[in-house]
Amino acid sequence: MALTGLDIFKLLPKTNCKKCGKPTCLAFAMQMAQKKASIDECPDVSEESKSQLGSASAPPIRLVTIGKGDKEVKIGEENVLFRHEEKFYHPTAVAVTIDDDLDDGALNDRLAKINALKFVRVGTEIEIDMVAIINKSGSADKFAAAAKTVSENTALSLILSSSSIDNMAAALAVCSDKKPLIHGVNSTNVDGMAGLAKVDGCPIAVSASTLDELAELSEKVKKDGLEDIVLDYAGSGLKDNLQGLTSIRRAALKKSFRPLGYPTMSFVTNCDDPYQETANASAYLAKYSGIVVVNGIEPWQIMPLLTVRQNIYTDPQKPVQVESKLYEVGQPDENAPLLLTTNFSLTYYSVEGEVEGSRVSSYILPVDTEGTSVLTAYSGDKLNEKVVKKAMEDAKVEDSVKHRKLIIPGLVAIMSAKLKDELGWEILVGPKEASGLSAFLKSNW
Amino acid sequence: MALPVVAEKWSNSVKELTIGATQAEGGTREKTVTVGGAKCVPFIECDGETGNRPAIAMDVLDYVPNDWPDILRKPIEDVIDEPAKWAKKCVDEFGADLICLKLDSIHPDKGDKSPEEAADTVKSVLEAVNVPLIIWGCELNDKDNQVMPKVSEAAKGEKCLMGYAAQDNYKVITAVCLADGHSIITQAPLDINIGKQVNILVSELGFPLDRIVMFQSTGALGYGIEYTYSIQERERLAALSGDNLMAFPVISNVGFEAWRAKEAKAKDEDVAQWGAQEDRGPMWETITATTLIQSGVDIVRMYHPKAVAAVKKYIDELTS
Repeated sequence: MALTGLDIFKLLPKTNCKKCGKPTCLAFAMQMAQKKASIDECPDVSEESKSQLGSASAPPIRLVTIGKGDKEVKIGEENVLFRHEEKFYHPTAVAVTIDDDLDDGALNDRLAKINALKFVRVGTEIEIDMVAIINKSGSADKFAAAAKTVSENTALSLILSSSSIDNMAAALAVCSDKKPLIHGVNSTNVDGMAGLAKVDGCPIAVSASTLDELAELSEKVKKDGLEDIVLDYAGSGLKDNLQGLTSIRRAALKKSFRPLGYPTMSFVTNCDDPYQETANASAYLAKYSGIVVVNGIEPWQIMPLLTVRQNIYTDPQKPVQVESKLYEVGQPDENAPLLLTTNFSLTYYSVEGEVEGSRVSSYILPVDTEGTSVLTAYSGDKLNEKVVKKAMEDAKVEDSVKHRKLIIPGLVAIMSAKLKDELGWEILVGPKEASGLSAFLKSNW
Repeated sequence: MALPVVAEKWSNSVKELTIGATQAEGGTREKTVTVGGAKCVPFIECDGETGNRPAIAMDVLDYVPNDWPDILRKPIEDVIDEPAKWAKKCVDEFGADLICLKLDSIHPDKGDKSPEEAADTVKSVLEAVNVPLIIWGCELNDKDNQVMPKVSEAAKGEKCLMGYAAQDNYKVITAVCLADGHSIITQAPLDINIGKQVNILVSELGFPLDRIVMFQSTGALGYGIEYTYSIQERERLAALSGDNLMAFPVISNVGFEAWRAKEAKAKDEDVAQWGAQEDRGPMWETITATTLIQSGVDIVRMYHPKAVAAVKKYIDELTS
């Protein structure tokens, strides 16, 4: 449980010296409780109090970093169970498997496909994050060889999965500099595996089919001096796993239960049916998994997963906006159509996608409507003729197009007359849905 | 190691609702579908009963959907202009729990069919299938208000679920559902306050609280699903925390919304890097459904048989 202002106050010098800039120690404590002040701002606090406050103010779910460099993965440090309460902070990492018993050709093919799993949605590139190398062969040499090939040929972070300490050591010997996640750790091999993690400074995942066992394992590796721990709750199926993931998040957030205060991971690799695999993975993405590991590498399996992640991890308090300026699609010239829309990113990118699909080079002007969609903006008077006029002036559209024709969304056809009066432009009413734009542009321009 | 107790004690539950009536109950259905009843956040049974499993309703249109991509038309091509046969195929071959008959053809732009014609369609579908029916208007207030009374009368005793009552148009449909014993869908445009308001309006007309299903307009995967997701989570939490005017089962319009997405409907030649539409489309619909089910949905409206099969399996796993 987070400390209250009064708990913190008891640990302060209580001198009301004002050196921290607050009028009293109590005021300072209250601000600390709201995470608006840091203990470092108090010059006179005792070391003992500091360490007590330090451990109590540690986040309830530890932030764990896996990998190194640009593509390192950070998971954990979540504060809520429901995204509307605040937001989800560290997007679930999506990992795909590579078995070490593939021959070189097949392994390289698969890796090339994995490296290519990138998509652009609403102006953002979304891609997978990790490759999980599975010691299916049971051989140390093969595991190490696969780990070497993969680590040399991908920028993605790695998971090494084997329950053999020797095999893990062999694979770590070739790629420990990449700080892979050690996976396959259970009650029978935990001592040896923890030793490897410690020597190489790698994060470690502990696996168990009960929460009890999982908590014991995490405590054990923590006693061995490890802190970057991931919890792999491998229950009896989808329902049990969701229950486990929920219990872990609740125990960490609501009960400050440290042994379960780590990010989680889910292996979704035992489904025969690709739909079932992606469906189950989508559930774990929404409900608290820090990493989901899947077998499927087809774009139609991965793209929906990455999209679920993108959607669930957006900040619910803040509509995603694009900058209000004149955008070029294709190579528009001074005769190209000019389309008006709003700066709600979903709206803007729906329009952009369709204009792109039409292959008619165009200009798009998203008006700043504080990130609201066309109808919402119109009914809230954030989209009116004055706002449009200002946006057009700010974007200097008259320098870009020679004609004086503006295409407006069909949903606000009602604005036509006022816009015409205000701007002196001809107003063309476009389709109500972005999906009609391609046909519209082809037949009306 | 002693683990902390993390089960939540909720003070209320989602109301239970049965759609359809058997002969003994005054209808002609062989099967009825009961939804709702959860006493916990979705599928977390340490809190309390998980309630009835989510049900899958397949959409049947009384108007040939010429704008549907081929991949969606193919499974029903042979019955696409006969709602009764289309419905039967959905039940017999694709395993639909319910049929959602969408009365598109009453729309002035789509044939402007009369209330009598719509009522005949409803009767023919009721005769063709043994599962319960959801009946959905064309979402044009005036026309729905003309048609729904006739349709409701034609299905009297069958305990259908009728949609929908909205903030600016709820009186007619509420009155006819009340008179003919149907349940009602209350609609809101991604707004939890309006959602509650419509429930209040409907209940103030004397409509019983155990015959209401809520519909927050649906956002597809990649197209606003997070708004629907969070509103539905908030609705479930409100229900569990004791708000009786929010404690209703929830319906989601997954098929229609998912298949509007470019990711589902784009042709292979235009988006080769996304994989074949044969799987890409149904997968988009599947994941829209599976994600929303995690936020608490009791009835999903769906289109493609492959997606229906996948979501069914998913529900099996969640409720077994």
